[in-house]
Amino acid sequence: MLGKLSWSVIPVDQPMVMIASGLMILAILAMMIGITVKGLWRYLWREWLTSVDHKRIGVMYCALAMVMLLRGVTDAIMMRAQQALAAGSAQGYLPPEHFDQLFSAHGTIMIFFVAMPFVVGLMNFVLPLQLGIRDVAFPTLNSVSFWLTASGALLVNLSLVIGNFARTGWLAYPPLAELRFSPDVGVDYYLWALQISGIGTLLGGINLMTTILKMRAPGMGYMRMPMFCWTALASNLLIVAAFPVLTATFAMLLLDRYLGFHFFTVDGGGNMMMYVNLIWVWGHPEVYILILPVFGVFSEVAATFSGKPLFGYRSMVGATMAICILSFIVWLHHFFTMGAGGDVNGFFGIMTMIIAVPTGVKVFNWMFTFYGGRLRLSVPILWTAGFMVTFVLGGATGVMLAIPPIDFIVHDTVFLVAHFHNVIIAGVIFGVFAGYTYWFPKAFGFTLDEGWGRAAFWCWLIGFYLAFMPLYWLGLAGMPRRLQHYQTVAWQPWLELAALGALIVVAGIACLLIQLMVSIRTRASRLDTTGDPWNGRTLEWASPSPPPAWNFSELPVVDGEDAFWRMKQMAREGHAGPAQAVAYRSIEMPKNSPTGIVTAFFAVLTGFALIWHIWWMAGLGLLGALVTMLAFAWRDMTESEIPGDVIAQYYQTHPSEPKG
Amino acid sequence: MDDTPRDRAPGDSREGPGQSELRAYLIGIGLAALLTATSFWVATTSVLWAPGVAVGLAVLAIAQMGVHLVFFLHVTTGPDNTNNVLAVAFGVLIVGLVVAGSLWIMAHLNANMMP
Amino acid sequence: MTTIAAIAPGRHGLPPDKRIVVGYGFWTFLLSDMVMFSALFATYAVLTRATAGGPGGAQLFHLTPVAIETGCLLLSSFTCGLMTLAVNGGNRTGTWLGGAVTFALGAAFLAMEIREFAAMLTLGATPQRSAFLSGFFTLVGCHGTHVGIGLLWLAVMMAQVAGKGFRPSVQRRLLCFSLFWHALDIIWVALFSIVYLMGSIDG
Repeated sequence: MLGKLSWSVIPVDQPMVMIASGLMILAILAMMIGITVKGLWRYLWREWLTSVDHKRIGVMYCALAMVMLLRGVTDAIMMRAQQALAAGSAQGYLPPEHFDQLFSAHGTIMIFFVAMPFVVGLMNFVLPLQLGIRDVAFPTLNSVSFWLTASGALLVNLSLVIGNFARTGWLAYPPLAELRFSPDVGVDYYLWALQISGIGTLLGGINLMTTILKMRAPGMGYMRMPMFCWTALASNLLIVAAFPVLTATFAMLLLDRYLGFHFFTVDGGGNMMMYVNLIWVWGHPEVYILILPVFGVFSEVAATFSGKPLFGYRSMVGATMAICILSFIVWLHHFFTMGAGGDVNGFFGIMTMIIAVPTGVKVFNWMFTFYGGRLRLSVPILWTAGFMVTFVLGGATGVMLAIPPIDFIVHDTVFLVAHFHNVIIAGVIFGVFAGYTYWFPKAFGFTLDEGWGRAAFWCWLIGFYLAFMPLYWLGLAGMPRRLQHYQTVAWQPWLELAALGALIVVAGIACLLIQLMVSIRTRASRLDTTGDPWNGRTLEWASPSPPPAWNFSELPVVDGEDAFWRMKQMAREGHAGPAQAVAYRSIEMPKNSPTGIVTAFFAVLTGFALIWHIWWMAGLGLLGALVTMLAFAWRDMTESEIPGDVIAQYYQTHPSEPKG
Repeated sequence: MDDTPRDRAPGDSREGPGQSELRAYLIGIGLAALLTATSFWVATTSVLWAPGVAVGLAVLAIAQMGVHLVFFLHVTTGPDNTNNVLAVAFGVLIVGLVVAGSLWIMAHLNANMMP
Repeated sequence: MTTIAAIAPGRHGLPPDKRIVVGYGFWTFLLSDMVMFSALFATYAVLTRATAGGPGGAQLFHLTPVAIETGCLLLSSFTCGLMTLAVNGGNRTGTWLGGAVTFALGAAFLAMEIREFAAMLTLGATPQRSAFLSGFFTLVGCHGTHVGIGLLWLAVMMAQVAGKGFRPSVQRRLLCFSLFWHALDIIWVALFSIVYLMGSIDG
């Protein structure tokens, strides 16, 4: 009746896990009680959970990422503490099977449920505003995408309480991930969580790609799009092209595990290297899916805070698209040492070095954007500058790893760990924090506290260097990655230093949380009444902060790059007439829909049932999802009209948009 | 600069419904049937040089996919179809990279690592 | 609402034509589906010789049923095109007829494929037997699942034409369906060429 599920799957014998999950459950309960006491359920349901507004969905993506960041960082701290302790005869405090779950969960969560949702959230929030339109191409699908991502995150967290998570690393290589060597539910949690959230990501990619290619404001040709739109386009192209490979690969591993197929098994003619090959066909584009949009964020921030247009816009576009294509022909560098011959390794090594060239072009463009500008050293620009210095270092070690002979020496050591944290923390994470600080006033109508923001930046920067520079050194000294325990006592001081660095990063996260609380408490003094707190250049700043549901009462007409900057210039030069009482036309907006959250409910039900082999429940979940889809297809009214006088009323208390 | 007004939905033909569209479908099915029949003949006959058969089948398959794209999906080179064609081209590029790259890599791994 | 403005030009200052946006979005989805199939194709190609002592393609494949399946699917692609013409012309009877014939041909294809699979399974050629058969059943089965979903979709669309008539949303979905159906035929071309024809020549 209940498959493999029984009371014994709750890990009561592991006090640490029980305390952690107990705290998590308490926090969720407290939140729910709080919402009930304040009577916010109806508001939450109407304004957020069923919302199809791209701004709300973007904010929810970022909130999900922030929450999951706390979980991922907890894993990181536990690993660093273990490695700082477990040298020589000391065994540390974590048994190997727990440590293995930690590094698997840490990688999975940080990539799929922190970096991805944060980047996707920023794109969701910003793209329609920058493109001068009212919503994405498929608003309801957008909500479905978000809720599928959230479903995956929920499943990963469930594994903490019920059963256990994978012990196979963040990519679950077979044959270790096959049923014979990982018979418990850990790998199933991993696979179903990522399969569900991966489908959400794919649908989101299709949605945003269509939005950028088909829905721009009148006059906004491709070469007039803000840089962030270009990088988002490249990123979504990569999502559409790479995520199906992930879906197919996981489907094959699932068939191996559930139905006894022989794709990647050691017997029956299976070929485990095909998994490694395919997973990196997806995996390499994935890192560019993450980094490209934040390149866009840095471009917007650099231009805005320098007070001048982005240097080398066209070369930036070219570099972005070059990376987009090149990222598909470098994947073998993730397994140079797994048996390919000289010409294959040579080809992919050279391609990997070539992809550093367009990235270099970008760094120079940002530097020249700073050069001669009136640079305001605000928090977003701090993240940008920190990124530029640190990311170049990570890129340089990346080029080192691209040289197969060097890779043969340092592969599978903590040198690699240091490298990819160097590019992901100093690239993606710094980027999303720059974007978070930059667009927060647009989303909520007040700016974030500068002081705490600076503190957070310095903690992250110093913490990062302390945590990962020792790992470069240890990697060169030959320390393998993923060690629960090691005999070489000489490594211990370096690992203690790394643990200290990780603690400073945690302080940085604390600063971010304090910044948010302080900013909310003092919001009255930091209101953004103009809608343009940074003297911005692109169209998102043309709408009030926070923007109304319809974003723009009239779609702005674009006649060049930096559309909003030109509008402001025209207004200054007196070309645009004084703002008169305009007759506002009524606007059709998509109606809220519970489709997303209902789909997510059935997705979680199906996923959970499949993990625990409860077949009837899986069938029920799939049937529910089908009925939801049919109900959605049968609905008649998908849009509602916002009457003109409601809009007119809104603009009496809010700044109206400048006309181009 | 704005290209939205000149766009066409994928699968819609330029002429709109009518005789010419019917003709396109008829030509399409005729060519596709011919190519399919040729493929089956090539695979089963023994008059052809055996090592060339696989190449011939690949060429015929690619040709037939082209026929389907042009006559059934109305993919043209017209300016109103640029985005649709670019999407197809991108897809073909990725499919080619994934398949060719995987086969090349796996052949190497098998040659070097298999017992 | 019996005819459509086939290619309404996007008017200045108004959002672009929904038919183009929806069609393009679905076009993108098909692109991603092609990439997914390419991963399955690559895996199949890598595993073709991994029969682990079990039967290979030359022993298992019979080209006559495959030729009939191919004929069914090709013809259904054509009738699907005719249905599109009827939809665009606002011709309800034509739409019904085109839909029914397309459905029948698709169902015939699926039935024959299931029979072929069943025959293989009774011979002991199960996907659990060897990596080659795992790859074969997954690749061909994935296409078959797509055809099955397409049939379900077509049935739902016929119900919508009956219940809702040719309103723009129904027309857009029928456009997407026809794109889907033609794309499945293109994948089948690759399938019968690579799996069946090439598989039957190397003995």
